[in-house]
Amino acid sequence: MNRINQKLQEDKKLLSIYFTAGFPKLHDTVSIIENLEKNGVDMIEIGLPFSDPLADGPTIQASSTQALKNGMTSKLLFEQLANIRQSVSIPLIIMGYLNPMMQYGIEAFCAKCKEVGVDGLIIPDMPVDVYHEQYQKTFEKYGLINIFLITPQTSEERIRFIDSISNGFIYMVSSAGTTGAKNSFSDSQATYFERIGAMNLKNPQIVGFGISNKDTFTQATQKAKGAIIGSAFIKHLSEHGATSVKEFVDGILK
Amino acid sequence: MGKIEAMKKTYHVNEKGYYGNFGGAYIPEMLYPNVEELRKHYLQIMYEDSFQKEFKQLLKDYVGRPSPLFHAERLSQKYHTKIYLKREDLNHTGAHKVNNTIGQILMAKRLGKTRIIAETGAGQHGVATATVCALMGMKCIVYMGEIDISRQAPNVARMKMLGAEVRAAKSGSKTLKDATNEAIRDWISNPLDTHYIIGSVVGPHPYPDMVARFQAVISEEIEWQLQEKEGRSYPDHVIACVGGGSNAAGAFYQYLDDERVNLIAVEAAGKGIHSGESAATSVLGEDGIIHGSRTLLMQTKDGQITEPYSISAGLDYPGVGPMHAHLYESKRAEFISITDDEAMTAGLELSQLEGIIPAIETSHALAVFEQRKFKPEEIVVLNLSGRGDKDLDTYIKYFNL
Ligand SMILES: Cc1ncc(COP(=O)(O)O)c(C=O)c1O
Repeated sequence: MNRINQKLQEDKKLLSIYFTAGFPKLHDTVSIIENLEKNGVDMIEIGLPFSDPLADGPTIQASSTQALKNGMTSKLLFEQLANIRQSVSIPLIIMGYLNPMMQYGIEAFCAKCKEVGVDGLIIPDMPVDVYHEQYQKTFEKYGLINIFLITPQTSEERIRFIDSISNGFIYMVSSAGTTGAKNSFSDSQATYFERIGAMNLKNPQIVGFGISNKDTFTQATQKAKGAIIGSAFIKHLSEHGATSVKEFVDGILK
Repeated sequence: MGKIEAMKKTYHVNEKGYYGNFGGAYIPEMLYPNVEELRKHYLQIMYEDSFQKEFKQLLKDYVGRPSPLFHAERLSQKYHTKIYLKREDLNHTGAHKVNNTIGQILMAKRLGKTRIIAETGAGQHGVATATVCALMGMKCIVYMGEIDISRQAPNVARMKMLGAEVRAAKSGSKTLKDATNEAIRDWISNPLDTHYIIGSVVGPHPYPDMVARFQAVISEEIEWQLQEKEGRSYPDHVIACVGGGSNAAGAFYQYLDDERVNLIAVEAAGKGIHSGESAATSVLGEDGIIHGSRTLLMQTKDGQITEPYSISAGLDYPGVGPMHAHLYESKRAEFISITDDEAMTAGLELSQLEGIIPAIETSHALAVFEQRKFKPEEIVVLNLSGRGDKDLDTYIKYFNL
């Protein structure tokens, strides 16, 4: 069974952390992953930096620009991850935009993910129908789980369709907006979380965008299976460096 | 329609939003409801009688259409062929861009939107958007790269005077592509009340098709104007410059599937195609995704989008609309690249032969006459996409005027 599915069966709320590969320093990738696991994080999203990240707010834009300046590429990321499964066992997901993956070759990219032990992909600008018609077979051939996003504006009909072609979890974007840390959620977001919770979808939901601390993590996971923190962690890394992972994770989990 | 005719090759968009392999809507889910709303309704709305009536009225009384089709005799003499200039430079705000912004503001109104966002590079599309927002009393926010804001001060002032808010795009390379990213991010954050008026035939479907249809007024007029002047509705060649591709799409539109007409798309070669400072996307680009569209774009081997260069701010976009990517790959259109120097020389030449100072974008199209021979009996229509007022500084510096 895919590590993502295994993890989703655990009887707990899951904490997933996003970070941009190659940031703050080019070769921080492996140590950040190892420290996240060591300190109790359940799942990791490794951001593959892109020059034009449409769905991202200023924090992740800046980390992506820095990572690219540092020299990060798809090829280098796979080299860094070559031995990652000797030290880490939690699910690893690559989150990136479609263009760099297309240039690598979608099939070659998937094959490489399988080879190094990546379990799934989140590609915000890959349309659901393009995945369904062109790429689903390839993803399945390499045992990869593709994770789709839904938002407060996604229609019920579309959520049901996305649920039907998903086989891991659904990434629930917390509000209309790009990625970025917020200090609290509004009432309308709480209503949205409840509405989706009540749909009884076959895939569990993990909430992302705007989660920054213990409070927002707790709120987001009242109905959902887990939550993803990105920008707040990136900010922490830029202020305190890659050796400060424990401090950040403790702030959420302890 | 007979079977054979039904299967006839077409260079227009198909039902799924593609031109050959190019196009589509590669957008984050956050944008899906907005783009889908537009996709579902755009054709129905734009072909309603009341829409067409209002659109045509504004093009006539506000923009000043039809724009003349001018027989440029001295230019024709010099290049031994028959050259007509389609005078989009005479439109209100000085370029073809306003055809699209008039269409889209009417679309936005019918969709019930109250807030308009746009991206701009040189500021031409920003000015055209600010103009129609003032006309309709809509709130207008224009994203512009921080670097472009300092390069294009007069247009920034025009937008402000028209009541628009100009927001600096400070991410990435701080130019047009980043301004476009910021506009898209704004739309993601304001999904309900906002319409995004994109400035060229780029972006996710249905934008390329919608913008092309609004710009199609250019070739619709060329048809009857040529009929009047030449007794036939089509030329042998149509020449237009290509940044994102909207003025070319408009000039080509009625002739896309008419193979009697040779289409010539002119890109900016900057300091030379292989100089590292160029915007010749068809030559230098690879198949990929930019701003929600699958098309040809300039990028690194690793898929990072690179920054193009041209002396003309309106041509330095790292991609090209999906219609043009398909026209290139299918060889339906001829693509020619023109350097900064060739364009500047051609701009000066038109000024002195015909008394028309063209936008530097258009000067690229004009430089084709030095590159490629036409026959004396051939009819060539060149789309004069804009006037050169905005470029005077650049001309002054270049020629030490
Ligand atoms: C006068 C003029 N021509 C051409 C262009 C290029 O745009 P497009 O290729 O969409 O026509 C611009 C863009 O700013 C322009 O101002």
